[in-house]
Amino acid sequence: MNTPPIKASPHAHAGNSIGRSMGLVMLALVPATLFGLYSFGWPAINLFAVTLFSVVLVEAWCLKIAGKPIQPGLMDGSALLTGWILALSLPPWAPWWIGVIGAVIAILLAKQIFGGLGQNLFNPAMAARVALLISFPLEMTLFLEPRPLFSDAGPGFLEGLFITFGHGFEADAVSSASILGHVRTELGQGVALSEATAGQYDFWSLAAGSVTGSLGETSAILLLLGGLFLLYKRVITWYIPVAMMGTLALLATVFHLIQPEQSPGPLYHLVSGATLLGAFFIATDPVTSPVSVRGQLIFGAGCGALIYIIRSWAGYPEGVAFAILLMNACTPLIDHYVRPRIYGRDRKGRPLSYDDSGEKPA
Amino acid sequence: MLNIAATDASARKIHPLPGGLHLPDNKHQSSVRPIMQAALPKRLIIPLRQHAGNPAEPLVKAGDPVLKGQKIAQGEGLISAPLHAPSSGVVSAIQSLPAPHPSGLSEPCVVIETDGEERWAELPAPMDYRQANPAAILERVRAAGVVGLGGAAFPASVKLSPRPGDGLHTLIINGAECEPYITCDDLLMRERAAKVLAGIDIIRTLLQVEKTIIGIEDNKIEAIAAMRTARDLAGYEAMEIVVIPTRYPSGGEKQLIYILTGEEIPSGGIPAQIGMVCHNVGTAAAVADAVLEGKPLISRLITITGEGVAEPRNLEALMGSPVADLIAQAGGYTPKANKLILGGPMMGYTLFSDEIPIAKATNCILAASTAEAPDPGPALACIRCGRCAEACPMSLLPQQLYWHSRAKALGKACDYNLFDCIECGCCSHVCPSHIPLVQYFRFAKSEHRREEAEKRKAELAKRRHDARQERLERLEREKKEAMRKKQEAMKAKKTAAGGDAGDAKQAAIAAAAKRAAAKKAERATQGEAPKNTQGLSAAQQRQIDEAEARRAQARKTAHSEDRARPAAATESPPQD
Repeated sequence: MNTPPIKASPHAHAGNSIGRSMGLVMLALVPATLFGLYSFGWPAINLFAVTLFSVVLVEAWCLKIAGKPIQPGLMDGSALLTGWILALSLPPWAPWWIGVIGAVIAILLAKQIFGGLGQNLFNPAMAARVALLISFPLEMTLFLEPRPLFSDAGPGFLEGLFITFGHGFEADAVSSASILGHVRTELGQGVALSEATAGQYDFWSLAAGSVTGSLGETSAILLLLGGLFLLYKRVITWYIPVAMMGTLALLATVFHLIQPEQSPGPLYHLVSGATLLGAFFIATDPVTSPVSVRGQLIFGAGCGALIYIIRSWAGYPEGVAFAILLMNACTPLIDHYVRPRIYGRDRKGRPLSYDDSGEKPA
Repeated sequence: MLNIAATDASARKIHPLPGGLHLPDNKHQSSVRPIMQAALPKRLIIPLRQHAGNPAEPLVKAGDPVLKGQKIAQGEGLISAPLHAPSSGVVSAIQSLPAPHPSGLSEPCVVIETDGEERWAELPAPMDYRQANPAAILERVRAAGVVGLGGAAFPASVKLSPRPGDGLHTLIINGAECEPYITCDDLLMRERAAKVLAGIDIIRTLLQVEKTIIGIEDNKIEAIAAMRTARDLAGYEAMEIVVIPTRYPSGGEKQLIYILTGEEIPSGGIPAQIGMVCHNVGTAAAVADAVLEGKPLISRLITITGEGVAEPRNLEALMGSPVADLIAQAGGYTPKANKLILGGPMMGYTLFSDEIPIAKATNCILAASTAEAPDPGPALACIRCGRCAEACPMSLLPQQLYWHSRAKALGKACDYNLFDCIECGCCSHVCPSHIPLVQYFRFAKSEHRREEAEKRKAELAKRRHDARQERLERLEREKKEAMRKKQEAMKAKKTAAGGDAGDAKQAAIAAAAKRAAAKKAERATQGEAPKNTQGLSAAQQRQIDEAEARRAQARKTAHSEDRARPAAATESPPQD
């Protein structure tokens, strides 16, 4: 018999690991990603590749500077996933440096400066997206209608390189507003909802993803499938997505009933923009969301409410990133105040006491 | 499985555990073989501490012959238990040897070289527990050295003596055996259900409880059936046998009570506070042996299992049998054996040698392969996933406990109720970063206990110091007070004596001077030398003369040098 390694109980392990969880999340993102890359063609593929390459490079550099082992740090897949989600939230034909700067913001500023994996307060991908949106409003709001790979409308490989790494593209010629932006502008000008969405809003095209939008946010159905896969694999729990989408849908329903011509209905909010990507893949980031079940429900509800508020009344047409960041900031507070009741203790943490009859006091 | 649960038509509601894990139970490996009597080892090593509480005090010495079942050590204090010779032979030594304990440290043990004759000592007569005095039954159980066989090894007699005011109403019998791999309770219930039930009947008679609930996990179908049959045969209809879902750690006392009754033991308390007592099925069988047959606790069922043994099975083994002997009787090691664990994979501890003997609390020897107990690898950063909190059956927040334990912020860890942790290992089991959470909590607990002990010590020292300081000050005060009083008294006396006091003193001094002068004059006239210079030798006389000469010389010089010098200085002897 060999000399046993010194190790305390438990000796058995469930066999899960950080790398496995991250891998499953990426696997769940594959369909929506492939669809996005196909829809927006070579420039999108270039941007995706540049962003992922950059995050890995920045992560490796940060780990090296911090004196941490580089290989295990990269192998956990957390940086790759951050880059992946960031790329999915970018306008598909954004220039290469948007991806690079986004990678630096996400990994260096939003993650490693806080102490690396597990220590960051804000979701790195969303922090980068918001920072980019504020810093480069033009590049970050240039959306376009899908121009699928190998179609006549889609640019070829060389043209794609030119769009991503060269001087960009003729914005006026191809750009178009996302549905959220369009409806917001029209409503802002006093146009009635039915008129603003005429010929623009079609639930099934939004669900299928044949619409203008960010690289990986367009196909609601594929994102939903990915989310369900994660739930099935128990990588995420339902509390945050359901609370978030439920609150958003509830608010949208209430306001739609009150003022049908000014407020779009719940389905519109659920399938447009980054709602699904945010609910299943971003708000559920374990590092930046609360631990307890009640805390997660509060967190999700807060995200949903903020999304609705920002989309309806704030300066931006889309609010998922802002909402998640704001709720990220509340996470430590939620974790501090919302704790589960412990066995043998009451809600205030005092040992249970029984009166003389042996019955639990109400 | 479902219909088994359904046949127990009792209306008892099962309260599902919060948290907990559904683990691969790995029980079939050892449960397919019947219980086998382990062969008598050549040497038995009986640790003196096999129970919670004080170690037992040996009653034998090296060279003493012992008989099987003879008491060889007696319990010290209330929470302790006596020990008995598991077989006949000769005590070869009482010495420190590695004992079954997580630390692997040595403890005093009685070593018996067995003679193979298995000669029994005279045992007490069987008792009719229905007629006997409860105190006598309790004394029998205590004298038989029965301790809780579920793991804690708490002396059974303590838990069997109800204190006035406890208001006990429910006896919970733990047949859950939730830990993977272990099947000794399962096999005990399958093969010796009647004995277990007899023991339970003794216990409930002693405790005078209204309800008896036996909880068994639903993966022990044969045990459930055997127990039900035996119950019906013996006519113990009032005993409820409740099938509970297989979920680790449902066999924890707190967890089982919650599952069966929905009641929670207050934090830091004991089941008696809510009118309940919990005993293991193995303990019940040991109680039956003690009361009905007069047999002391000298053997137990133990599961030998894992991919590291050829024929996993349950053995009826004598206390003090070395692990190596028992492994050999389970077919010996296989090449896959990588690690020896005493207990199960969730709460057991690693053994560093198979020379270690088994004790009363040992329920399993797991010779694990690399796959069964993998090397966890280095711990990664916590990603706050909360799996640990989800798995925790006590609803603690292991993640926060981990941060604070790691930072040695023990006060904060206690705020997060560190001491409610039952160390079941669920959190570590599911941690994707492979952080040894339970180990951190054990460390933090012992560290906190140490700090508390030091604090108490420091407080005691401070109290003693303060008391001493106060005493000294008080003495000082009293002294001053006494002095003051004395002075006052004198003053008062003085005033009473009027102005003569000063003159009287002067007169006394003058009289004394006069007396001294008279004495000196008298001595001079008689020419008497001082007494200590009588009978000197010549050498001594010479020394004195020389000294006197030097003194005279010095006096002369001093006078010539400084006439103004005070006389006292010139009187001092020369320094050379």
